Amino acid sequence: MSDPSATDDLEVRDLTVDFDGFKAVNGVDLTFRRGRLHFLIGPNGAGKTTLVDALTGLVNGTGAAMFRGQDLLTMKSHVIVRLGVGRTFQTATVFEQLSVLQNLDIAAGVHRRTPSLLRARGRVPERVEEALETIGLTALAHRPAGVLAHGQKQWLEVGMLLVQDASVMFLDETVAGMSAVEREETGDLLRRIVADRTIVVIEHDMEFMRRFADVVTVMHSGTVLAEGTVAEIQADQQVQDVYLGTATGAAHG
Amino acid sequence: MTVTDATADTAGTTTMGGSRRSISPKQLYDSYGSLLAIGLLAFVLLVWAPSSLSAFRLENLGKYCALTLASMGIALAWGRGGMLVMGQGVFFGLGGYAMAMHMKLEAAGPGAVPDFMTLYGDGTMPFWWEPFRSGAFTIAAILLLPAVVAFVLGYAILKRGVKGAYLAILTQALAVAFATMLIATIKQTGGFNGLNTFTTVFGSNLYDPDVKKNLYRVAAGLVIVFLLILWQLYRSRYGELLVATRDAEARVRFLGYDPANVKLVAFIVAAVMASVGGAVFVPLAGIISPTNVDAAASILLIAGVALGGRASLIGPVLGAIAVGYGRSALSEAFPTQWTYFQGALFIVVVLLLPGGAASLVSRLRSAWSLVRSKAVRRAPDRVPDSGRLDAEVVA
Repeated sequence: MSDPSATDDLEVRDLTVDFDGFKAVNGVDLTFRRGRLHFLIGPNGAGKTTLVDALTGLVNGTGAAMFRGQDLLTMKSHVIVRLGVGRTFQTATVFEQLSVLQNLDIAAGVHRRTPSLLRARGRVPERVEEALETIGLTALAHRPAGVLAHGQKQWLEVGMLLVQDASVMFLDETVAGMSAVEREETGDLLRRIVADRTIVVIEHDMEFMRRFADVVTVMHSGTVLAEGTVAEIQADQQVQDVYLGTATGAAHG
Repeated sequence: MTVTDATADTAGTTTMGGSRRSISPKQLYDSYGSLLAIGLLAFVLLVWAPSSLSAFRLENLGKYCALTLASMGIALAWGRGGMLVMGQGVFFGLGGYAMAMHMKLEAAGPGAVPDFMTLYGDGTMPFWWEPFRSGAFTIAAILLLPAVVAFVLGYAILKRGVKGAYLAILTQALAVAFATMLIATIKQTGGFNGLNTFTTVFGSNLYDPDVKKNLYRVAAGLVIVFLLILWQLYRSRYGELLVATRDAEARVRFLGYDPANVKLVAFIVAAVMASVGGAVFVPLAGIISPTNVDAAASILLIAGVALGGRASLIGPVLGAIAVGYGRSALSEAFPTQWTYFQGALFIVVVLLLPGGAASLVSRLRSAWSLVRSKAVRRAPDRVPDSGRLDAEVVA
């Protein structure tokens, strides 16, 4: 690739997800650019997760989602992952019986040739070692992932995306349920790794968004309501009417 | 199950902080301890049994070993892959009938037709019998035929995401269909009587005691070979991936793997193992018939796996041999009621010991650690940090 930065953008055009007549996502145009922490916010049922589901092959959508010259909407989940688009889920789903190291090692398998699967793991792969370092779980490498704290599990998921070398990461409510300290550390972690990739964060935590977002897209009823910097979004009257007012209300209540 | 044990064990020995390159005896045991058990079993099956058991007992043990080969495939597919394959009799039958056809043609002599074809038919042989005159072709068929059939079936079933009870019912239906088809084709396959009255196997006289002993050695030797294959598969990255697929199939998809392909490999390996088991079974038993491949026979293959512990390496082997032995002993003592014992065994294992006999070890271990930790709590001055306690208990 001559100019990776241009092709590593993910261009979503007129994406619609139709559940038997109910349009969970309705004609969304979005561009996720490399090197940006892109936040996706909106009230419950706005279509954020459905949008990500469509882009990662979990539900069928119409329109186009071009990444590296290919349309993600026509591809199966595991092929999309191999292309470099990874995701996490609202509830951390690590392999609880396997160790932290094994979890990362399995994720690194995308770059392994099939015959090598028949061998046992010898040394810890460099990529895995780096990821352990980045997510700060080196000391816990041999513990079963099931004993990790909630926040650590989410970091492990991010680590698994790192060893996959995902160029686009969709993180679905990663900091939900985290302590303030953990949230801060998560934000710093994302800041550190965002330089050479695209990170899309679905989030309800407004404070977290204000601290770390480069770009914010507000969704409402399956459509894009507004897009811009944190300041622009906060100043947007429409957004305040539809979303921010209720969200702060909910946060206080 | 075993996976938990393995990870918990390594956790106990890890030194926090600096990662040491040297390998502790504990890690060595985790990696190669199973080889000790395999070596012990090899000694019992290949050295002790031939010199100590009567010819009759040895021949029976050989039959159990042949059935065990099929059970080992089930342990892989079910214990590690989460696929309850209830129709392994089909693949057992493919290998068994391929071998039986070859032996039938050997008994008939060059250019001649197996006896039952003149008895039930017009004395002409179907064209697809002809290549089985060749021993090399027969062996190739025993290995390749089940692989091809399992690939086609597995591809159709697994790519559609059929799993759980549906997979179990579907595979069991295949076994029923296969047995029904055999019964309906008496002119081509011997029908309900199956194929029997052999004289030689690859040129050796079946009634020669030395040949019988060697047939036993082949069956027992293959159990050891299959154990080594499974050992390597289980410790490989593929083995981890298979367990991961069993436990969280959707998650594996988002690691860039197609879970159907991961399971397909295990399904095919299990089929080939069953086929080899069938092929070894025939010369030892002297017969193969639809009752060896139908649904009931397929369930019997599973019984040993469930009893021994489906996810463990050695457990299913011991379980399958025990079930074979128990079946013989019980059917000698209670010819009509022994199936009730089989049913009772199933209920007991499923209710009280879902992890099989192999899980007894880890269960006793955790019970012991509970007793220990209570004892420690009663003596507060010697409370160690919990990490050390784990390591002690595990050791």
